[in-house]
Amino acid sequence: MSESSYKAGVKEYREKYWTPDYVPLDTDLLACFKVTGQPEVPREEVAAAVAAESSTGTWSTVWSELLTDLEFYKGRAYRIEDVPGDSESFYAFVAYPIDLFEEGSVVNVLTSLVGNVFGFKALKHLRLEDIRFPIAYIKTCGGPPAGIQVERDRLNKYGRPMLGATIKPKLGLSAKNYGRAVYECLRGGLDMTKDDENVNSQPFMRWRDRFEFVGEAIQKAEQETGERKGHYLNVTAATPEEMYKRAEFAKEVGSPILMHDFLTGGFTANTGLANWCRENGMLLHIHRAMHAVIDRHPKHGIHFRVLAKCLRLSGGDHLHTGTVVGKLEGDRNSTLGFVDQLRESFIPEDRSRGVFFDQDWGSLPGVFAVASGGIHVWHMPALVTIFGDDSMLQFGGGTQGHPWGNAAGAAANRVALEASVKARNEGRVIEKESRDILTEAARTSPELAIAMETWKEIKFEFETVDKLDVG
Amino acid sequence: MQNSETANFETSQTLETFGFLPKMNQSEIQAQVAYIISNGWSPAIEHEHPSRSFDHYWTMWKLPFFGERDIGAVMAELEACHRAFPDHHVRLTGYDNYTQSQGSAFVVFEGRG
Repeated sequence: MSESSYKAGVKEYREKYWTPDYVPLDTDLLACFKVTGQPEVPREEVAAAVAAESSTGTWSTVWSELLTDLEFYKGRAYRIEDVPGDSESFYAFVAYPIDLFEEGSVVNVLTSLVGNVFGFKALKHLRLEDIRFPIAYIKTCGGPPAGIQVERDRLNKYGRPMLGATIKPKLGLSAKNYGRAVYECLRGGLDMTKDDENVNSQPFMRWRDRFEFVGEAIQKAEQETGERKGHYLNVTAATPEEMYKRAEFAKEVGSPILMHDFLTGGFTANTGLANWCRENGMLLHIHRAMHAVIDRHPKHGIHFRVLAKCLRLSGGDHLHTGTVVGKLEGDRNSTLGFVDQLRESFIPEDRSRGVFFDQDWGSLPGVFAVASGGIHVWHMPALVTIFGDDSMLQFGGGTQGHPWGNAAGAAANRVALEASVKARNEGRVIEKESRDILTEAARTSPELAIAMETWKEIKFEFETVDKLDVG
Repeated sequence: MQNSETANFETSQTLETFGFLPKMNQSEIQAQVAYIISNGWSPAIEHEHPSRSFDHYWTMWKLPFFGERDIGAVMAELEACHRAFPDHHVRLTGYDNYTQSQGSAFVVFEGRG
């Protein structure tokens, strides 16, 4: 190193940052970007520019580079691949040394990987498709405050997905009327209900009033049903101080679980709240408002599988993943790909699910996948098949839109869920036999019969915008 | 529909998983036992008086049946527990030692209380 001398000027990135012979270390953080360069810039140069701009590089050579060993700290573009069915873009694989990132800080990782580089002029579009976090880094992160196994034990829910609903109308109810809607859902058979993400502390319902009434609704429903219940009290707030104040009070009123919006609230707030939850024995439900702004465009932004991985590191016990079958966007294989990232301890590379790297999560607890948005009883067998037991299925309109009200709507969903799980356990192919299974179950449940009649025509069949890349 | 025509939904004690389905018959219970065994989980039985059913810990009926592959044997233990404690709820659990959780758990017999 000491032999090199300082020459001012602009160098080609690929001289330093394109290293096709590099074999990534187990401790490296690996990233796969989908890159769409400006025409006529060679792929290697663009890939190298991405590696440089997201790590140690800057556009000009600077003398102070020679005071350190940049060979040790630089990111390296080490592989380029075609994107199936797309001649304009390519995948660039970049390896980053672990010392580029502060321990336990997804904030720091994202600031580097999706920072300035995304505005870089040599690029038309850039999308972060996947990150392989080394186990050494994962061990520095707190992760989910409780995790799937602990949540099941606390709430006594085994052998089936959990059932929930977002309380509707999402804005405008008074605290007491809101608590009524919660109580009706819980007594009818839901395990938990949820604040809508838009509900924080508006003039029509201040947070403190909501928490008090909801707390009473939970206690009463538990006493009457003999089951454990909860409501995700949304503590997303304008400031961290306010967020913690609300979290303390949620614990005081006896809710087992809180809620936070991790993208609008931010990863710093989220990680802090996850730590608070771990210390206070509270579960943490995570909503993902703003995600589609970041993840829906197939050529630009961040794929949701990356955001999901970051959330598992930052901390959360539930995360919304889309439903595949409901009203919101979501390709089936791609969704299964990031659902695995939330729940499993090791996930091998699988391009058919959009998984670009082996990922070892070690002992980091798992996160429940939450399916929510435009789903109803007819979807139940498909949802149980797609998401399996470690999921939270949320029927907002599908509970509270029942002609007989929330409690009957909740019971209809619970019967449909249990009938699906029972049939699955008996070895039946429930997605195929869904009509028979639900029809049988409805014979002893008038609530389910009416629900099936109400929602028999409702379908959401639109093409997925963000599909997996296939030839 | 007039709202006065809607059905009145009564709250009841539902005891978690399968609490909303009709009482299972013998062959339906056998199918669930078979599911537990085929997953490699350990069947286990516990019972408790309905007044204490909200507790996390119920009383174990013997030890979990580690390595049991015989559906009939588990069915016989369920019956024996029910006969010994007719007033108690009797729950069948499938312990999953990989997840350190319960892959299945439901009340097979409801106690008279």
